[in-house]
Amino acid sequence: MPRFSLSRRALGATGLALLARPGLAQPAPIRIGELNSYARMAAFAVPYRNAMQLAQDAVNAAGGVMGGRRIEFVFRDDGSTPGDAVRVAEELLTRENVAFIAGTFLSNVGLAVADFANQRKRLFLATEPLTDAITMAQGNRYTWRVRPSTFMQTKMLVEAIRGRNVKRWAIVAPNYEYGQSAAANFKRLLPGAIPGAEIVAEQFPALGRVDAGATVGALGASRPDGIFNVLFGADLTAFVREGNTRGLFERRTVVSLLTGEPEYMIPLGEETPEGWIVTGYPWEQVETPPAHKAYVDAYRARFNDTPRKGSLLGYVTVQIIANLLNKANSLDNEALIDALADLRTDTVVGPVTMRGLDHQGTLGTWVGETTLRGRQGTMKNARYADGADYLFPEDEVRAARRSA
Amino acid sequence: MTLLSADGLTKRFGGVLAAKDVSFALNAGEMLAIIGPNGAGKSTTFNMVGGQLKPDGGRVTLAGHDITGMPPREVCRLGVGRTFQVAQTFLSFSVLGNVQMALIAHHGQTRRLLAEASAMHREAALALLDRVGMAAQAGRPIGELAYGDVKRVELAIALAAAPRLLLMDEPTAGMAPAERASLMALVSAIAQREGIGVLFTEHDMDAVFAHADRILVLVRGEIIARGTPEEVRADPEVQRVYLGHSGTRAAARARRAAHG
Amino acid sequence: MEWSFLLVQALSGLASASSLFVIASGLTIVFGVTRIVNFAHGSFYMLGAYVAVTLVPWLLEFDRSPWLFFAGVLVSAVVVGLFGVLMEVTLLRRIYRVPELFQLLATFGVVLIVQDLVLLAWGPVDIPGPRAPGLRHGVYILDQRFPAYELFLIFVGPAVLALLWLLMHRTRFGVLIRAATQDREMVGALGVNQAMLFTGTLFLGAALAGLGGALQIPRVSANPQMDLSVITEAFVVTVIGGMGSVPGAFLAALLIGQLQAFGVLVFPKITLVLVFLLMAAVLVVKPWGLLGRPEAAAGRAVLPEGILDPRPLDLAGKLLAAVALLGVLALPLLDAYAVKVGTEVLVLALAAFSLNFLVGNGGIVSFGHAAYFGLGAYGAGLLVTRAGLPMEPALVAAPIVGGASAALFGFFVVRLSGIYLAMLTLAFAQIAYAVVFQWVEVTGGDNGLVGVWPSAWAASREAYHYLTAAVTVAAIVFLRRVIHAPFGATLRAARDSAQRADAIGVDVRMHRWLGFTLAGAAAGLAGGLYAFSKGSIDPTLLGIPLSVDFLSMILLGGIQSVLGSIAGAAAFHAVKDFFMPLTDHWRLFLGLSIIAMVLIFPRGLAGAWASLRGRAA
Ligand SMILES: Nc1ncnc2c1ncn2[C@@H]1O[C@H](COP(=O)(O)OP(=O)(O)O)[C@@H](O)[C@H]1O
Ligand SMILES: [Mg+2]
Repeated sequence: MPRFSLSRRALGATGLALLARPGLAQPAPIRIGELNSYARMAAFAVPYRNAMQLAQDAVNAAGGVMGGRRIEFVFRDDGSTPGDAVRVAEELLTRENVAFIAGTFLSNVGLAVADFANQRKRLFLATEPLTDAITMAQGNRYTWRVRPSTFMQTKMLVEAIRGRNVKRWAIVAPNYEYGQSAAANFKRLLPGAIPGAEIVAEQFPALGRVDAGATVGALGASRPDGIFNVLFGADLTAFVREGNTRGLFERRTVVSLLTGEPEYMIPLGEETPEGWIVTGYPWEQVETPPAHKAYVDAYRARFNDTPRKGSLLGYVTVQIIANLLNKANSLDNEALIDALADLRTDTVVGPVTMRGLDHQGTLGTWVGETTLRGRQGTMKNARYADGADYLFPEDEVRAARRSA
Repeated sequence: MTLLSADGLTKRFGGVLAAKDVSFALNAGEMLAIIGPNGAGKSTTFNMVGGQLKPDGGRVTLAGHDITGMPPREVCRLGVGRTFQVAQTFLSFSVLGNVQMALIAHHGQTRRLLAEASAMHREAALALLDRVGMAAQAGRPIGELAYGDVKRVELAIALAAAPRLLLMDEPTAGMAPAERASLMALVSAIAQREGIGVLFTEHDMDAVFAHADRILVLVRGEIIARGTPEEVRADPEVQRVYLGHSGTRAAARARRAAHG
Repeated sequence: MEWSFLLVQALSGLASASSLFVIASGLTIVFGVTRIVNFAHGSFYMLGAYVAVTLVPWLLEFDRSPWLFFAGVLVSAVVVGLFGVLMEVTLLRRIYRVPELFQLLATFGVVLIVQDLVLLAWGPVDIPGPRAPGLRHGVYILDQRFPAYELFLIFVGPAVLALLWLLMHRTRFGVLIRAATQDREMVGALGVNQAMLFTGTLFLGAALAGLGGALQIPRVSANPQMDLSVITEAFVVTVIGGMGSVPGAFLAALLIGQLQAFGVLVFPKITLVLVFLLMAAVLVVKPWGLLGRPEAAAGRAVLPEGILDPRPLDLAGKLLAAVALLGVLALPLLDAYAVKVGTEVLVLALAAFSLNFLVGNGGIVSFGHAAYFGLGAYGAGLLVTRAGLPMEPALVAAPIVGGASAALFGFFVVRLSGIYLAMLTLAFAQIAYAVVFQWVEVTGGDNGLVGVWPSAWAASREAYHYLTAAVTVAAIVFLRRVIHAPFGATLRAARDSAQRADAIGVDVRMHRWLGFTLAGAAAGLAGGLYAFSKGSIDPTLLGIPLSVDFLSMILLGGIQSVLGSIAGAAAFHAVKDFFMPLTDHWRLFLGLSIIAMVLIFPRGLAGAWASLRGRAA
């Protein structure tokens, strides 16, 4: 269910602010700014925010951080453009007095806020933007990313097809940075996994406007043995339907980024193709660590909905933040940054380390095959790929970040 | 000397031949009327002279310069002012502003970025308005004026270019009879005093026979008769095709007025 | 390449063309009769899909028959048609008398509202529709498999065209639609019940959009981004075909369908911009589209929309301006965030003012003004990040880049007029957007470039605020001066009557071109200032949404006022900044605010101020 969420400022505006304030006896909570595309990317961002609230309450119920202080997230829409996001970040820092900021979805928004954080010397925990640039060429001291990057997820998929006898590949990716860099990573990694493989076709439909018939036709005409797909959301549904009807996927290996995430699986429904090799989040199959199941149960009980990939990310992010605050025991941003380097946190999916070298977290994701169970798609043969095994090589990071 | 000459002007709109081989000449200080029924091609001929339309064939010469197919702005700069059948003014400007705008354009000052337009050429504009009897209305928005008054202002705008030739397409359409007579008298006085040639069309035969030095009769794009008012009036073809009774009576009235 | 493949690719193109035509025909009919550029048409399309994915599965529960499927699709279309009636009766009917641009703004408000209502009603998750019973399979065409449903779609377009032809020629309603399209005043004179005609037209137009959306459900899932993804293409089709011409829309849809089907083979990366290149090319050659007619001659005795004879500021106006200026200077006394917002308002005010220099003063309605804003930002940003220059020369370069690109595009733009001119500015803006978006090596693509920060002396929020204030106020004062000067007056004169301006010796095109260039330079300067206030540049600075924001600002402020657009920029930004932190559904409130302002202040804030003063006096 979508819902109106009113922030503190709204409550203040309606004169209820006093009621919402905690009692004077308690120490002031630690405020953390969280900006994301709650309006435009609601399918991802709202479950993400739900899980953050869940985790925040769990942390506070367990006694808070830094010896008894509560944490409190201040949520803001980032307007989905860099211009709006930078203003919102400024508002969080100056008016809401947050200790630091987290969030963002789109890569261009993430990069703009990262540079802003660098300018203002405040910590920015970029949770969702996938672009490699944010930890590589445009990385900076103050910006850290939690989620596995485009490179890491592509590498996981390429590892999964290592040694297969699939030589002719076609690529279809949305025409923006995420799609382009996924395609570039795939092209770069493929020869190492399948010697002699070649790319025979590339299609880059505009984001949200795939002309599915023409695209599927063009891909089929190149007679590939395998297809690397980066489309997601409404583009993916249209592409899958058209491809199913025209037999594009028959007797072909299909490798697809993110398709196993519930965000994109649910809309596919009955059309979910069989046997695509994907990254995703089969939450109902995750057995270890046990904390994962507890989080899933709590999430379902509170929101009457199943968790999404965004939920997991939100929950893990709060766990990392709580750990960070305990370790740094200070809100000084320089101290926070120093504490964050190589900080290891035990999360609901196991240990996650924020690698100090490139500021990339080792949170992983699941790799498996798509399958239809009843009228709903899910994953089979899924395994957790630990991000630690797929990071950029160290020398490459040094070369990229030196020029930054 | 010949101020304006049109030679073999021809214009076709799809299947309609709006003007066919129209030729005439006009001297400085002379008033030449084109008459003819609606759709005869009068406005088309005007527009070919003024540059609003490019002729399909023929030549227009102004004081020896070939101006065939020149755009209106260049024709204007060579000394041609005009009014339109449906008055064309700057509706968002005041009466005075309209004339000032025309003067600014005439002096080639339209690209100035810093001067105050409303302070430029005030006196000259007021003088022009005074000549057409509109000085009292100078401050009003032009949209508020009666249509006849708009036509007077349009004349002032046309005069702002200090023209050698005035083109006036139905200058008195939409006016009361008394207004018509006074406007035509005004035009003819200006033309005589300043040696301006005037080409005009009119449906009001009183005005035509009272003020035209010569008359062309245009029917279905062709000139069927030309000459002095007396000659045209006497032409049996013209009487049959166009003038009929009302024209003959108007011509008679004009003759009496001229003699009386 | 094999023949069978080319054939099937052509069929894919025909299927897209058919869908596109169904949508565009509704848009073109509504425009023809009401002269409203209906941004909300895409919203009707989206509603059609959402209603259908709700209704059709329910119907198919009874019996999985093709008939029930198509009955569901048709009912969805009718339901959406009723939404169209609702919009006409509750909103458009109240604003037929306000300037045309305001109607456009109101429909844009509807777009924002519908976006959030759809999210509230159906949630953010895409909803897949059922496939059409009996048409689920693929059929073999030579050796290629082709979806049966798309084969069916190919016939829908011509069928709709035929039905519309019958409607237009065999019914009284249709004859009235045609008459109104050709001459709106004539219908008024005939004493026809205009309200009924307009309501009926909106029903028809919205139902066609809804039909287009409902027919898509076996192909794409209903999703909250559908509206904007279709509206630009629908506009392109109507414009290429000629606004108001249904056969023209059909022809244009065919062209675009094939262009896309084969375009992906040759230029797989620039399909987005191919259609805009086609539109620009068509408009340069045929200024009224393929089958459109020139708009009825101007020069009627109605006051033009836009700035009337500008007068010097009266005492109250001077006081207001002084208070505003003092407020701007005193912002640092408030808090840091107020300074930030104040800086942005100043920048937006300059951008909006430069747009109103075109729209209000010149009658040149640009739908793509953000292009020059964004190109100015890129000009400055690239100099800093790529050439390593400091802020000062970069800020000098920004208006030069904005002006030069405006000069380049404007050369073609000023040859057109009215809605076609607006659409050409949109096409050029999209082309500029595509260049910035695709030229990754130089521009950083959609990620943009970061590190565009001011020089050390202007690095603090306050210092940069004062720098911005000095530059924008100077630029606005200069542009205002130009409006009062002969050049500004000449642009107004050409707007009022191009024929008269020409006849007094004005080179209308040249002056419009210079005006376009000057406005582009001012927008470019604003863009440069914006880039340094944000620290980054990215393609959204050239995007349609920002262009629409600029239009909204000048309309809210009042295009007939010289200084109104400044108030409009401040009001628009303040409303957005107020609602964004309050709720995820800030677009709903922004849309409602826009509509409220259009209804309450149909002449903008400046108009309201003027009538307030008029009443006081
Ligand atoms: N722009 C045009 N397009 C098509 N036909 C035109 C146009 N202008 C004039 N005509 C036609 O040319 C003929 C002459 O028109 P016009 O010169 O306006 O006549 P008049 O001024 O003598 O009444 C008419 O048949 C008219 O319909
Ligand atoms: Mg005429």
